[in-house]
Amino acid sequence: MPWTRKDLLGLEELNKDEIELILDTAESFKEVSTREIKKVPALRGKTVVNLFYEPSTRTRVSFEVAAKRLSADVINIAVETSSVKKGETLSDTGRNIEALKADIIVVRHNCSGAAAMLARNLTISVVNAGDGWHEHPTQALLDIFTLKEKLGRIKGLKVTIVGDIAHSRVARSNIWGLTKLGAQVTVCAPRILIPVGIEEMGAQVTEDIEDALRQADAVNVLRMQFERDTGGAFPEQLEYFKQFGITRERLEKAKKDIIVMHPGPINRGIEMSTEVADGANSVILEQVTNGIAVRMAVLFLVAQANEKTKRDENPD
Amino acid sequence: MKILIKNGRVIDPANNIDDIRDILIEDAKISKVAKEIKNGCQQIIEAKDKVIIPGLVDMHVHLREPGREDKETIATGTRAALKGGVTTVVAMPNTNPSIDSVDSARLLKKIIEKSALANVLICGAITKSRKGQELADIAGLKKEGALAISDDGSSVDNSELMSEALKKAKEAGMLVICHCEDKVLANQGVVNLSIMSTRLGLRGISRESEYKRVERDIQLAQKIDTPIHIAHVSCRESLEIISQAKKTGVKITAETAPHYFSLSEEELFGYDTNMKMNPPLRAKDDLQAIKQGLKDGTIDVIASDHAPHTESEKEIEFERAEFGVIGLETILAVSITELVEKGFLNWSDLVRKISLQPARILGIDKGSLGVGKEADLVILSPDSEWCVEKAGLVSKSKNSAFLGRKLKGRVEYTICSGKIAYNIAITK
Repeated sequence: MPWTRKDLLGLEELNKDEIELILDTAESFKEVSTREIKKVPALRGKTVVNLFYEPSTRTRVSFEVAAKRLSADVINIAVETSSVKKGETLSDTGRNIEALKADIIVVRHNCSGAAAMLARNLTISVVNAGDGWHEHPTQALLDIFTLKEKLGRIKGLKVTIVGDIAHSRVARSNIWGLTKLGAQVTVCAPRILIPVGIEEMGAQVTEDIEDALRQADAVNVLRMQFERDTGGAFPEQLEYFKQFGITRERLEKAKKDIIVMHPGPINRGIEMSTEVADGANSVILEQVTNGIAVRMAVLFLVAQANEKTKRDENPD
Repeated sequence: MKILIKNGRVIDPANNIDDIRDILIEDAKISKVAKEIKNGCQQIIEAKDKVIIPGLVDMHVHLREPGREDKETIATGTRAALKGGVTTVVAMPNTNPSIDSVDSARLLKKIIEKSALANVLICGAITKSRKGQELADIAGLKKEGALAISDDGSSVDNSELMSEALKKAKEAGMLVICHCEDKVLANQGVVNLSIMSTRLGLRGISRESEYKRVERDIQLAQKIDTPIHIAHVSCRESLEIISQAKKTGVKITAETAPHYFSLSEEELFGYDTNMKMNPPLRAKDDLQAIKQGLKDGTIDVIASDHAPHTESEKEIEFERAEFGVIGLETILAVSITELVEKGFLNWSDLVRKISLQPARILGIDKGSLGVGKEADLVILSPDSEWCVEKAGLVSKSKNSAFLGRKLKGRVEYTICSGKIAYNIAITK
């Protein structure tokens, strides 16, 4: 099936075929980064704007590298923001970027739904690089891509996600993507960090990390964002590590070749030990490499779909 | 001036009428209701196939003036009311200044005198500046004509202070309208706490935050033995508590708003800020419970909770957008579409909920088409369909939850104090 969406806002709204199309496209782009001249002309003459309202290095750089390897021009806009600061509205900023004749906005925002709002107000493509607690689709896609590359399939895999599920856009996007492709997802966290109704999204819930790891083919370890702590909802850092930290001892009780993933940046000694982060089961740096291919695929697909829409609307 | 309305289906539960009648209006009053009235009248309105009901009494309206005239004014808000068939509104006190003193009530009365196009009644605040710290001048507000008190938008968290307020209201003979929300339990939420808040990645407002406060306010009302009215009921548990309290004889009445019986949290996909209100749209099951509560009488009143906000307060990130939707222009049509058309209420029951019962709860002589009553009435075509469009709304703000929706039942004329205050033919 062809890709028809001008935007990528989340994995909830995608079907299995669309997710597989992105993964297949990413696979074909992965080779580009191994060439001596790491560039293809797929988006030559296109302008990609990275509009980041939250500090982010890796996602922003990953999108920038992806766009450049497709020969697009890239502009980075970092917006200082706080909820009280009055400035230009998000929609107005978007409309201004559209007026500059940019083709794609990659947006990172601390409010859930920000990418959707931008997409609704603009005719150019919008790619969600993380909105609040809602979704981070390209992170989940690169996680899934890495899993598939390592294990050859997604269907039937048992994947455990550990950490602050309640406030995690990575968890949500992974749950949607993995379950649509037929994997079984278990989330593991202190009860207070498990959001209401997560089971209805297709995930099983446990508070027992050993139980969660026992049958798992892979474990995706989320960053604990202790800076979010508002009034005692979060466990103590050391207590958390004791109860939920991924350690060598815990992995020894799991499947021998269990895959260990982390969206980064890692808090060593809080959500996983250094040994595990750098150990044989870790694919953390491969995730980073694969992120380029996945983001190249996403940028390429949305740009193509939008161009086709414009052609259909204005036939020569 | 005389107006004769001929051959309309008059629905007037106050007088047990649901039949074809002629109505004669003279000197701002209804002077005759009969099978056939022959009168040499200058103005005759032919109302064959139309429905005639008493003007709506909307007991929950935010007119925003004084203070936020960019959102709405008494003039624009009452104009919207008349277009929607509402002839009497109760203006909520969360203005700037809030209506918590003799002075602010006088200021409001002056504006009403000068610019109101429909009947505007005053609801005073319970506490000074609605801060929940210190009681407002409740007796003074009563003297200035306030019918009720409410800190709507907030609940008075301090139970002792709320008890004091209830006592003062009892002495003054005023109704207390309760906005039931425990802000701590609401946890800064922006949508219903459920699978939807999880899917959207937004903070959830628990049902407990509403019904626990309903429970408390009922207990206090029972203790002080004075009437309270629960505003904007949105969830099943609140209904069960209210229903139980009514059985034990507590003087309690309850209201809901059209969005709570017509829209569920599933509307929130896409983060439409016109679906953001407080209390939030709840689950489908709650929507059914609200309809059932209207049918079985647990809910006495439908009120709009008309809450205008400017585009710049609404067309922004969901969690930053203001709570609330406008509703004066759609309250009647949504109620007809969702309740009468779908068989939950018959016409007489609907008129009770939107006109007669709010009038009785407020203790005002409205909601009836009896001879001698002030002529506030609506002539509507019950089968006429229309689409809610921004361009057609006369409220200063356009934040309707029903934009793009087809509704049944169109107001043709609104007569307020014997004058044709709205005529669809002229507006067009």
